[in-house]
Amino acid sequence: MSAGLTFEGLRKTFTGEAGTVTAVDGVSGVIAPGKITGLVGPDAAGKTTLIRMLAGLLVPNAGTITKPPGHVSYMPQKFGLYEDLTVEQNLVLYADLHGLDQKARKETFAKLHGFTGLAPFTDRLAGKLSGGMKQKLGLACTLVVTPEVLLLDEPSVGVDPVSRRELWAMVQQLQNTGIAVLWSTAYLDEAERCDHVMLLHEGTMLFDGAPKDFTARSEGQTWRMALPAKAAEKRELQRAAAALPGVIDSQIQGRALRLVVEKDAPAPTLPGLTAEQIPPRLEDAYLAMLHPPHKPPPIVEHTEEVGSGELIRVHDLTRKFGAFTAVDHLSFEVQRGEIFGLLGPNGAGKSTTFKMLCGLIPASSGEAHVAGFDLRVARADARGRLGYMAQKFAYVGYLSVEQNMRFAAGVYGLSKKEANERVEEAIDAFGLAPYRSSACGLLPLGIKQRMALACAILHRPAILFLDEPTSGVDPVTRHEFWARINAMADAGMTVLVTSHFIDEAEYCDRLAIIYRGKMIGLGSPEEIKAQHDKGGAGLEAAFISLVENYDREHPQ
Amino acid sequence: MTGPTVNMQRLRGFLRKEWLQIIRDPSSIVVAVILPMVMLVLFGFGVSLDAKNQPAAIVIETAAPEAQDFLASLRATPYVTPTIAPDRQTAIAWMRTGKVRAIVVLPEDFGAQLHRANAAPIQVLVNGTDSNTARLLAGYIQGIWATWLQGKAQAERTQVQTIAVQSRIWFNEAVDSHRSIIPGLIAVIMTLIGALLTALVIAREWERGTMEALLTTPLTKTELLLGKLLPYFALGMGGMVVSTVFALTVFGLPFAGSVWVLLLASSLFMLVVLGFGLMASTITRNQFSASILALTATMLPGMLLSGFIFDIRSMNPVVQVITHIVPARYFVEILKTLFLAGDIWPVILPNMGALALMATILLTITARKTTRSLE
Repeated sequence: MSAGLTFEGLRKTFTGEAGTVTAVDGVSGVIAPGKITGLVGPDAAGKTTLIRMLAGLLVPNAGTITKPPGHVSYMPQKFGLYEDLTVEQNLVLYADLHGLDQKARKETFAKLHGFTGLAPFTDRLAGKLSGGMKQKLGLACTLVVTPEVLLLDEPSVGVDPVSRRELWAMVQQLQNTGIAVLWSTAYLDEAERCDHVMLLHEGTMLFDGAPKDFTARSEGQTWRMALPAKAAEKRELQRAAAALPGVIDSQIQGRALRLVVEKDAPAPTLPGLTAEQIPPRLEDAYLAMLHPPHKPPPIVEHTEEVGSGELIRVHDLTRKFGAFTAVDHLSFEVQRGEIFGLLGPNGAGKSTTFKMLCGLIPASSGEAHVAGFDLRVARADARGRLGYMAQKFAYVGYLSVEQNMRFAAGVYGLSKKEANERVEEAIDAFGLAPYRSSACGLLPLGIKQRMALACAILHRPAILFLDEPTSGVDPVTRHEFWARINAMADAGMTVLVTSHFIDEAEYCDRLAIIYRGKMIGLGSPEEIKAQHDKGGAGLEAAFISLVENYDREHPQ
Repeated sequence: MTGPTVNMQRLRGFLRKEWLQIIRDPSSIVVAVILPMVMLVLFGFGVSLDAKNQPAAIVIETAAPEAQDFLASLRATPYVTPTIAPDRQTAIAWMRTGKVRAIVVLPEDFGAQLHRANAAPIQVLVNGTDSNTARLLAGYIQGIWATWLQGKAQAERTQVQTIAVQSRIWFNEAVDSHRSIIPGLIAVIMTLIGALLTALVIAREWERGTMEALLTTPLTKTELLLGKLLPYFALGMGGMVVSTVFALTVFGLPFAGSVWVLLLASSLFMLVVLGFGLMASTITRNQFSASILALTATMLPGMLLSGFIFDIRSMNPVVQVITHIVPARYFVEILKTLFLAGDIWPVILPNMGALALMATILLTITARKTTRSLE
C-alpha cells in the first residue's frame, strides 16, 4: 500500500484585471490510501485550484507536494470527452495516450465496461449519453491506467440521483483496492459518507478530519420542530423561527422544521410549538461553522393581483422531436402561491416541458394555460406574466449589478420611472446595495444568483420559473436562496422549479416526477415519500425506487 | 514533458482522433476542398484586369474618307465598342450618364491635320472615375490609332512621323490578365484556408474542456502540435491540388515549372499559414477570436499587399517593406513564376527561403506558447 499523497503549505495566487487574488492560502493535508477524502466548501473556496495543483496542472507559489511513485489520475470538473467520438473511440484515445498495449487494453476495457455498465453503449456518440453516463465514461477514461491517487473534481454535479449513487459505488470499489481518492463536492450528504473530510473556505482549511468529528462540533445545536400540514402556514412559521434569537438556519423538511442554533443558545420556541433536540448532520455543522449572516428576507410586494385558483393548467401536453417523444401527455395544475417542482433525471423531458410553459417552443398537442392565457393563441401575453431564471448565469459579466438590472427592466418594457423605482426597491430588498457598482462577472455565485432572481421579478410576474436554480451550490447559498423564494411564495408568487437535485425538491409544496417524458409520480414530498419509500430513507430513496420500478415495468 | 519526444502510439492515437473528428464534422473538408473551387470560379471569372468591350462614343465632324476607315479599325478591336454620336453635346451627355466610358472626336479638319507634322488630328476623352480602366482604355485607343496610322502609311508607302514600336510581352503573350491573376489568387485563397483550418483546433480543445483532460495524459507538446498539424496539412495540400488542377483545366493556364518544385513550395507555404492559424488558436484559446484573427490577418493583406493585384514595386517604400511580412507575397511570386515562366531558381529560392524562415518563426512561437499546465 502506498503512502498516498501529502501536501504542505500550498499557496496559489492569481493576478488578473481585478488585482491579485489568493485562491489557496497555506493548505496542508494527506490524501490517504484506501480512503475517500471529501473536499467540501462553498463556491470559490479554492477546491478546484487545490486539485489542479495536486494534479500538476498549476504550479503553487509556495509549499510542497509529495506524490507516491505510481500514477496520479485526475478527472476535471468538466471532463473533456470528445462528444463527436463514440464511447469506444474515447476510451481508445485515452488508452493510446497512456501507452496501453493491446493485451493490457483488452483486459482493462473489459474491466471498465463491466465496472461502468457502458458495455451496451460502446458505439454510441459520447455527446448522446446522459449526464450520468458521461461522468461514468469520463471516470473510465481517467482509469485506463490504474492510479495510486485519484483526484475527482465535483464528479456528481449535474448528475441525477440514480447515476450519483452508481458513481459513488464505483469509486467505493476503487477505494477498496487501496487507491487514495479525493472527491470534491458541494453536496454534504456525499461528504458525510466519506472517510475523511477537508473543509475549504476562502482558501484556508477550516477542518481536516473524520466527518463524524466535524458533525460532533455542532452537537446540541440542532433542533426539530413539528409543524401543522398547511403549506402557507409552514412557511410563515419557518420565517418566525428564523427570526428567533440565536437561530442560524431554519429549513422545512416535510412536516417539520430543522433548526440550527448558535452554541449554547436556548432551545427555540414558538407559540404552541416545541422543539426537540436531534443529532446533527454534517450539513448542520457546516452551516454553524460558516455562519451565514442570517436575517429572514423581507416579503416584497412583487406580484400584481391575478386572482386565486389555478395559475398553470396543463392537459395532455405532448412534444415530439421527429420520432422521439420528449414529453408524453403530461397533465397537472399549479395553484396560486404554490411552489411546484418538476423532478427527474437528465433528459427526462423537464426542460422541454419548461420551454413549452414559457412559450419558447410550441406543443405538438395538448393544452397549456399559464396565468390565464392559452399558450396556443397567446404565447406572448403569457410570457409577459412570467419571470424566468435560467440554469446558467445569463447576465452581462462586465456590466455592474445595477446596469444589469436596468437592462433587464428595459427588456421587460418598464418605463423609465417604473424602472428606477423597481430597481431601487429590488436592490434594497435583495441586499444588493454593497455590490451595486461591481461588475457582476466577478461576484460570488450566491450574489450573482440573487441578482438574477431580482432581475427575473422586476416586471412583477405572476409566475416565476426556476431552472435548476441551485445545482452545484453549497448549502449556505442554497438555503439563503430558498428563504427568498419562500418569502415570495408567501406574498402570492407561484413558483415552478425544475430539478434533478433532491434537496431542492424538499422545498416544493408539490412535485411531479418526470421520467422518460411521462409523469410517474405526483404529490407533496411527504406523500411521495410515504407511497414509494417504505424504508423511510427519504425522498431520494423514493425517487430511485419510482424510477427503477418504471424501468422494470417498461423495459426499453 | 519537454523536448521533442514523440511516441508513435500516442501520436497515432491522437491523429486517429483528429481524423475521426474531421470526418464526423466535415466542415473542414468543405473549407479545404470546396471553398477553393468556389472562390477560384467566383474570383477567377469575376475579377478581370482587362478592359474589354468598353463603350465609346465616336463623334465624326469631318467628311474625310479616312474617318470611316479609322472607325472600321475601332470596330475591329475587342476592346472598344464604338457608337456614333450625332454631335459633341450628345457624346458628353452619354459620358455623364455612364452610357459610354470614352469619347473619340474626329474634328472637321481631321483630313488636313492628318498630313501635317506634330498635329493632333483626333481628340480622346476618357472617364477617369476608375483610373485603372481609364488608363487602359486611353492606351488601347492610342494603340489603335498608332496601328491604323502605320497600316495607312504602309498602304501609301509614305513615311509617317510615328515611331513604329515592335513590342512583345513575355510570359503572357496574350496579355490575358487571368494568367497573372489565377496563380496569385491561389496563393491568397490558400492563405485564408490554411489559417482558418487550424485557427479553431487548439481553441476548440480549450473551450470544450478537453485540453485539461489531455494535459493529464503523457501526451507531449510535440505530439500535440504534430497531431494538430499533420491532418490539416494533408487537407490543405488537397485544397492546393484541387486549385492547381482547376487552374490548368478550367482556366487553361500553362504550367512551365516542375511539379516537384510546386509541391515543395506549397508544403513550405502550408506550414506558414497552418502555423499562423495554430499560433492564433494557441494564444487566444478562443475559437471566435482565433478565427477573426486568422481572417483579418490573412485576407486583406493577402489581397492588397501580396502583389496579387497591385504591383509591390509601385507601392510606397514603407509599404513595400511591410509587404515582407505577408507570406502570400512570396507564394504569389513563386506560383506566378512556376506557372508562367518555369523553374527560375534565382526567383524561387529566395522566396522559398523566406517561407521556410516564417514557418520556423511561427511554429516556434506556437511551441513556446503551448503549455503543459493551466497557468
